[in-house]
Formats: sequence, structure tokens, C-alpha cells
Amino acid sequence: MTVEINLPATEQDVRSFSEANGEPTWFTALREAALDKAAGLDMPKPDKTNITKWDFMNFPEHTVVSDTFASLDALPEEAKGLIDLEAQENLYIQRNNTPAFIKVSQELADKGVIFTDMLTAVREHSELVEKYFMTQAVKVDEHKLTALHAALVNGGVFVYVPKNVIVEQPLQVVFLNDNAEASLFNHVLVVAEANSAVTYVETYISTVEEAKGQANIIAEVIAGDNAQVTYGAVDVLAKGYTTYVNRRARLARDAKIDWALGLMNDSDTISENISHLIGDGSQADTKTVVVGRGTQKQNFTTEVRHWGKNTNGHILKHGVMKEAAQSIFNGIGKIEKGATKADAQQESRVLMLSEKARGDANPILLIDEDDVTAGHAASVGRVDPLQLYYLMSRGISKTEAERLVIHGFLAPVVTQLPIEGVKKQLTEVIERKVR
Amino acid sequence: MSTLVIKDLHVAIDGKEILKGVNLTINTNEIHAIMGPNGTGKSTLASAIMGHPKYEVTSGSVELDGEDVLEMEVDERAQAGLFLAMQYPSEIAGVTNADFLRSAINSRREEGDEISLMKFIRELDKNMEFLEMDEDMAQRYLNEGFSGGEKKRNEILQLMMIKPTIAILDEIDSGLDIDALKVVSKGINKMRGEGFGCLMITHYQRLLNYITPDHVHVMMQGRVVKSGGPELAQRLEAEGYDWIKKELGIEDETEVQEA
Repeated sequence: MTVEINLPATEQDVRSFSEANGEPTWFTALREAALDKAAGLDMPKPDKTNITKWDFMNFPEHTVVSDTFASLDALPEEAKGLIDLEAQENLYIQRNNTPAFIKVSQELADKGVIFTDMLTAVREHSELVEKYFMTQAVKVDEHKLTALHAALVNGGVFVYVPKNVIVEQPLQVVFLNDNAEASLFNHVLVVAEANSAVTYVETYISTVEEAKGQANIIAEVIAGDNAQVTYGAVDVLAKGYTTYVNRRARLARDAKIDWALGLMNDSDTISENISHLIGDGSQADTKTVVVGRGTQKQNFTTEVRHWGKNTNGHILKHGVMKEAAQSIFNGIGKIEKGATKADAQQESRVLMLSEKARGDANPILLIDEDDVTAGHAASVGRVDPLQLYYLMSRGISKTEAERLVIHGFLAPVVTQLPIEGVKKQLTEVIERKVR
Repeated sequence: MSTLVIKDLHVAIDGKEILKGVNLTINTNEIHAIMGPNGTGKSTLASAIMGHPKYEVTSGSVELDGEDVLEMEVDERAQAGLFLAMQYPSEIAGVTNADFLRSAINSRREEGDEISLMKFIRELDKNMEFLEMDEDMAQRYLNEGFSGGEKKRNEILQLMMIKPTIAILDEIDSGLDIDALKVVSKGINKMRGEGFGCLMITHYQRLLNYITPDHVHVMMQGRVVKSGGPELAQRLEAEGYDWIKKELGIEDETEVQEA
């Protein structure tokens, strides 16, 4: 039975937003159709987390207007610290829903790389966006939230890397949230054509104490034959949001994706990260670290789905839970029939820092092919007293020893992030959250 | 001069008494060796002095220069000058050897008086070269994926960097090939001197060919049953432990398993 939920926007709202944005007719139509579908679709069902009482619908404003940044000097300190102000050549900053700063190097433009905000992309690169926008990785009608997302998209980034182009410097994106009324329906679309390579790093950062809106975020990565994509993300959204974040990749032959996700939201969060290894020889390396605190409820699903032969999937998830935070860690390795010689490996570990915290590591292997290798390791526990004893026996205090062990536990993602500022910020966020 | 005094120490693990009254005094500028068959409590003694969470001291005392060691937390014991090179060092992922060593050194120094990065690196490089360790060991995660020999060298590296007053080395020689044993011994001999005392626990006389002890003690059934000079170790090597048992009238009992 479908429970009737009133949608937070009408067809009229969607149409006038789309028109005001000067969108091509196909996109307006896509939004309208999506809204129509949203009414009848069910909510997603994250395994082992009941979200029926979560509010994914209500928000004060669909779009808030913020000032742009004339120069990087005008950035708040929290954002400044993330960026190498001198060396970072390719940078997009979105402030709430407003594209607030963009810098693209001449070199990138000359190579035909597109790096722009999503709403501009819909207008200026309409055909390319139409080809990939929610057609291959995430579908509009998967459930109510994907449909709602498509109807209400109000920000995000489009990255297009043509065939054979190697983008040397990471593309950096900062989603700055400094307005408590703002809702984020961001869509990130990264298309890497055959033999290309790109590194994309995004940071979500709230400077407000408590937000009132929705964060319904979808990122799609489409990697062509032999393309290599590194996707780094650090999410630090304020409590008050109800966050649904879906990051998904679809990989062609011999393509490779490396995910490094630092999921540090203070909001209740449903995070889904799926890599579809369609082409033979494609690979996904997924690293996720999480800190939960307060009374936060979160669900993290990481899945690598093997369709092609000789595909290789590796999932690493490390979570730290403190106070009364609750988290479910679903790790899924799925090997489809015909994906011979596939290798699905995963490791999920949860450290509990308090009696009241809850963390469940849920490793799942679903295998429909005989000629494969697969493995998983999962553990939930406290900081190992023997590790503490060892560190303390060298004079290190108990607090510092715990800090070292926890940072070490979360290091796999920190060390993977290719931008110094983002790495440093994630370390600081971890420091602040586990203290 | 510093002195570690162990008096009538009784220690239990999971309610079972393993040490049954150990007495020992170790001064700086002295190297002591404790020998004895398996399962006689040698490692228990080391762990109890350092404050291993599984060992319970039921009676007796341990004092360092008159300070009650047993009252101290593990980190306080280390800061007071004790060091234990462990038989099975923990592996700690994500923490580099270098970062860990710096934290350990700085834990002994006042805030604002931390060791400078340059000085630290200089000392680390020097000691690693002395111990014939690969350069990349500094940036590897603490003991993670280290071979048995690498772990032992790393314990000695820590010893040389931290420079404790009294070090206890728990079977630092076990599992080492002869080349590694020579290197490890070289490190310990370098520490030898006025400000350094050492208690080495070993099964094998072999280690004592490279580090000549000032005092040798034999432990059996949870007690120190005989003490002497280096010649005692040589006699043990030549004749085994049976003569001591006979001399002291010690009956074999069911072996206690060392943890």
C-alpha cells in the first residue's frame, strides 16, 4: 500500500522555476514528469533502517538567493581553508543554491573539458546533459526521492572530459551552506569519455548551526572505456537536514573508479554508493569513513555490482560511533551471472566509543556465478585495550592514544584525498567530532 | 642513579597466581638477565611491571626511586622512566611509525618544549641507520605488516629514541636470525651506561653472547630461585636447568601457560 504523501511542490512551481532558469523544454518536461511520478512512487527502503518517520518532504524554500563571491578573499574562513588559493586552477563554489564563484583554466577549456554548474550546463550543453542526466546510472523513477530530486534539481555540477583527455589537476567543488533555509537538490554529473582521466573532489560544508531544509543529492559518474575517475567527497552538513545522498558510477570496459568518501554529516543521513561494473575488466575501489555522534541516525549502503568479466570490486568502510548515534553499514558485493573471474572484496569495521552508540556492519555477498573470488571481513567493537596499552607504555596518555587509534582507523580515506586543504579539513572535522 | 625495586611481587591472571613472590633490584648502569624454562612467569613479571590490563598484582610492591609504580597508570610508568620492549607489539593501522615516535617523545616533554621536527628527523635517521632499518619504515604504519624481525628492531628503535631509565626487554631475541640478533644487541649495547638499566628476559644463552649481563637470575615456578654473574648463564647453557632443580629440591609441576 502506498501512503499518500503530499509533495512539497506543485507542477506550477516546477514549471516556473524551470522557465525562470531558461531551461530547454526537454528538461522542463523531465521535471514535470518526475514530479508526476514522485506522487505515486514508494520511498526507498534502506536495509535495516526504518525511515517511515523521517521527513524528506518539507522545506522552507526551494531556492534561496545568496551573494556571489567577487574574489576568493571574500570566502568565509571555513571554505578558504579547503582551497589552495594560489594553485587551485579549477574551482567551483556554490553558495547554498547560487553559483558563487567559478574558475576554469585555459588549458581545460582548450582541451574541450566542461566544468560548470548544473543549471548552466542544462542550458549551454543541453544535448550532452540530456544524453546522460539520470539515464544511465540513476533512473528518475527508482523511488520517490530520485523522482523528487529530478523535479527539484536546483544546483550541482557538470563535468565532461572528452576522449583521451587527461585532466592533471583535481577539479575542486565546494558546496557552502550558510543559510539555514537552504535546501540542496544538487546533481553532479561526471562524464569521462574513453581513455580519459579526471579527479573530482567535492566538499559539503555547513556554517549554520542547524538547518531546516532537505539535502537530496545525486551524483552520477559515467566512465567510458579505459577511463579513470577519482571521486573524493567530504560531507559535513549541519544537523536539521534530512539527507539523502546517492553517488553512483557506471563503468565501461577497463574503466576504473576510486571513491574516497568522508561522510561526516551531523544530519540524519541515508547514503548510497553503488558502482556498476558493466564493462569487462572494470574496477571500483570504494573507501568510506564515517563518524556518527549525538542522536544521529544514519544508513550507509555501499555496493559494487559486477556485470562484466574480470571485474574487481573492493569496499572498505570504517565507522566511529559515539554518544547515542546509530548507524547501519550495508556492504554489498553482487556478482551477476556471466561475470566470470570477478573479484568482490569488502571490509567493514565499526568502532564504538560509548555504551549507547549502535553500529551494525552488514556484509552481504550475492553471487550468481561460479568462477569468481569473493571475501568479506566485518567487525564491531571498542578500541582495542591492547593497542592502548602498547601506546601508553611509550608514555602516550590514554586520551592521546585513543585519538591516534581513531585517526588511524579513519586514515584510509584521509590519505586518499588528493587535495591538501580537503585532507586537512577532514582531519580537523574528525578531531572535532570524536573529541 | 635510579633504582627499580621489586619486592615480594605476586601476580595473577584470570584468578590464577603466576608470580609467587619475586624479589629483584635493578640499578642504572646494570644489565640483568632473567632466564628460565617456559611458563615460569618471566613475561608475566615484565607485563606486570608495565601495567598490562590483564595482569592483577595481588601483593608486593614495585618502586622506582621510591615512587610506587603500581599506583601509576601505564603512561605514567613510561613517563617515570620505564620501558617495555614487548614480545608481541601491537599493530596500529593508520598511525605512522614516525608520528607515533614523536608523540611518545613529546609525551615526556612540557607543552611548548616539543622536540623540533628537524632534530627528531635527524635522530630518527641516525638510529634507523644504526639498526640497519629501511628508510620507509618511518612512514609505514606502526608495526602493521612488519615481519617478526622488523617488529623487534622497531622496539629497539623506540628504546633508542625514547631513552628510558630502566628498560625491560621481553624475549627481544626470539624469532631473530643471527644477523638481526647482532643488530638488536648492538642497539642495546649502545644504550648501556650511567643512565640506563636493563632487565632482559630470554630463553637462550645466545643473546648473552652479544650482551654480557652483570647479573643473571633464574626464574622457576613464579620465583627467582637463583642469582649470579654471567658464569651462571654459561653453566645453564652447558648443563640445562636440572642441576638447579636438584640443588634446590624443586619438583616439576604442571606447566603454567604464559599469556
